[in-house]
Amino acid sequence: MALRNTEPTQTGLSTLPQPPKQLKKNLSRMLWTALFLVTIVGAAWHTESDPRQLAMGWPNMWRLLSQFLTPDWVYMKKVLPAVYETIRMAIVGTTVGAIIAIPITLLAARNVTKNRFFVFLSRTFMNLIRTIPELLFAAIFVAIVGIGAVAGILAIIFFSFAIIAKLTSESLETIDSGPLEAMTAVGASPLTWIRYAVMPQILPAFISYTLYVFEINVRTAAVLGLVGAGGIGVPLNTALAFLQYDRAASIILLIFLVVLLIEALSGTLRRRLI
Amino acid sequence: MTTTSLPKAPNVWRRRMRTGVIILVLAVIYGWSFTDLSLNTKGFAQGWLITKNIFKGLFSPEWSYSGEVLMRLFESIEMAWLGTFIAAILAIPFGFWAASHKGHTYSIGPLSGKWVLSAIRTFPEIILAVVFIVAVGPGAFAGILALGVHSIGMLGKLYSEAIENIDPGPIEALEAVGANKLQILWYAILPQVLPEFASFAIYRFEINVRAATVLGIVGAGGIGTPLIFALQGYAWSRVGIIMLGIIVAVMIIDGLSGYIRSRLV
Amino acid sequence: MIDGSMRGIGVIEFRDVHKVYPNGTVGLKGINLTIHRGEFVVIVGLSGAGKSTLLRSINRMIDITQGEIFIDGKSITRAKGRNLRRHRRDIGMIFQSFNLVKRMSVLNNVLSGRVAYHPTWRTLLGWYPRADVEIAFDALRRVNIQEKAFERADQLSGGQQQRVAIARALAQQPKIILADEPVASLDPVTTDMIMKDLKRVNRELRMTTVVNLHFVDLARAFADRIIGLRAGEVVFDGPVHEATDDVFEHIYGRALREEDRKLEGMSAYGAS
Repeated sequence: MALRNTEPTQTGLSTLPQPPKQLKKNLSRMLWTALFLVTIVGAAWHTESDPRQLAMGWPNMWRLLSQFLTPDWVYMKKVLPAVYETIRMAIVGTTVGAIIAIPITLLAARNVTKNRFFVFLSRTFMNLIRTIPELLFAAIFVAIVGIGAVAGILAIIFFSFAIIAKLTSESLETIDSGPLEAMTAVGASPLTWIRYAVMPQILPAFISYTLYVFEINVRTAAVLGLVGAGGIGVPLNTALAFLQYDRAASIILLIFLVVLLIEALSGTLRRRLI
Repeated sequence: MTTTSLPKAPNVWRRRMRTGVIILVLAVIYGWSFTDLSLNTKGFAQGWLITKNIFKGLFSPEWSYSGEVLMRLFESIEMAWLGTFIAAILAIPFGFWAASHKGHTYSIGPLSGKWVLSAIRTFPEIILAVVFIVAVGPGAFAGILALGVHSIGMLGKLYSEAIENIDPGPIEALEAVGANKLQILWYAILPQVLPEFASFAIYRFEINVRAATVLGIVGAGGIGTPLIFALQGYAWSRVGIIMLGIIVAVMIIDGLSGYIRSRLV
Repeated sequence: MIDGSMRGIGVIEFRDVHKVYPNGTVGLKGINLTIHRGEFVVIVGLSGAGKSTLLRSINRMIDITQGEIFIDGKSITRAKGRNLRRHRRDIGMIFQSFNLVKRMSVLNNVLSGRVAYHPTWRTLLGWYPRADVEIAFDALRRVNIQEKAFERADQLSGGQQQRVAIARALAQQPKIILADEPVASLDPVTTDMIMKDLKRVNRELRMTTVVNLHFVDLARAFADRIIGLRAGEVVFDGPVHEATDDVFEHIYGRALREEDRKLEGMSAYGAS
């Protein structure tokens, strides 16, 4: 017997039960999406971004990019001292930054420094420094100490200690408080307390963060020369200014290779720490 | 009751050798580093004078310039906004490419994807900006493209990690009812990862605002350009108002973005 | 060598001690007692009754809000800086979670008990005099764990780690040993061993020992004197033979249960 008359009952197909407020949620969601799209389009218009420009400029860029495939090895060898300087800047800057970071880290960790005011002060100080990009630091230091690697090193020092201190102090707050208690109970002086209870727990993380920042700094040091702060950015700036794109491409390629190498080395070191 | 000889630690010599090698390596590295740096500096006195001037200028900013500062800052923020938006979308396929699934292959070869993303991340943004300036000329558009392309590197990596960590339950369930790959993507994967993607994108936006201010230094638009001019012209009051603007803007955006992100995930 | 009788004798005196926490909770109320040299005192009470507060106020790991505490007649409540550290040097503390530095060797952990005897720079460099190393080994021998001296602390079992912690306390050449729930995270056999170690040290060196326990049978088996706390107040203070089941029920404010006895089923430990 065929199933006939499977008409729905009178009460209720016209409106299926809807979750409450669904209409309002949908509407508000559409509104936000529309608003979002408006900002995108508006920003694009305001900054005169025109994808067609990209199409027009493509041949220029392609010329530059194709230089990557035919690097000028001879020029690269000439520029190698600048690369060494870049790496040196990164090493010195990161090391000094790491050393400066140590007291600030301790000050900024709530389980080490009991005085809330100092904790707050050091954290605000770190955050303030972190808002300033390295290139800006470099430009300022160039104005102060003149062109050359010193400005770059100073910029790297500031940048490094703020980040290392922040990362390490956050790690520091999660260490086991047991040994901390024990060293207080034994009557250790503050420095000894740090040496026995804090240091063994935080040292691997500290070194790992320092290496991580070192990787970033090699990249940074390479471009600081664009504002005159030493390293391989200086010949790069010159090459670009003189529209010698073949040289610029060679330099960029060289930077890229060096950074890859350092990241690989530092990456393996970091993995062996943790 | 004194014992004449105490037990000695085992492996003392091996440990001492290892420490010795580490010290030697560090000595070589640092010895090399501290030589031959081009340390041509101005005199210390002159540097100190300039620093004092800088602080003076920082604390008496050129308020009349703040209109221009706001406009340029706004441009930098727009650059970051657009660049992040482009990257947020373009990074999605990269994210899937680089994510290694156990069994589910949306990926052609996750290792290659990870490598590509790593390569993009390594390329400094400034240089990317320079490359794009060659293509489209100086101005904000070059900066947008640079930020966009560079951000794909980090966003792609974060996306791929989010994809690798999703709950496989809904995927299994949908497979069991016979859904095809696209449906699984839409109903099982995307709802899980989209809030995380959005959170990552906003985090990247924060970073890009900082980066955008810098790109102007090489001519890619935004507040970097007037900044570098003011710096090289030793106009410290102007530098002061610009830095003030940057710091305030970055802090506000960091705060807002932190708030939104905590509401997202 | 670990005889603490050289520097004072280990008398603890509480004078009208109160502790109110910042959020208003009352930790201790009107504590007045004296602990004499060489006593093995066990503090009992429910969780939250104030045992930990009482114990930790002795070496000022917790600060009291009213009253004064005297160690051998000198006020630790008013001690500051180096004075406070000297007081703490002469008081050894053993924790429930052992609190060893996991990545350090056992020997270095025990040596860290000696830090307050030397100027900071020596301890920073780890240059302990040979005499200190002898003391450390002596301490390790006393708890029978000297063969693990050069192993990393986290390679040891719980019971072994606690013994190292005891050795660290002994290396301080203290006059007093405080133990805050020293056996709570250990199995019954190890518990027995550790309590016996503490008791032996107390006997052999006449070392004042104050232990927090929440196990009735352990308290009865090892204590000379039992102090019962309830809601921050002392509700019982007397020799162990006076601490009957009724007394415990009075301290706890409820009938005794299974979980109040640790060494259930092991003979020679308390009644039923």
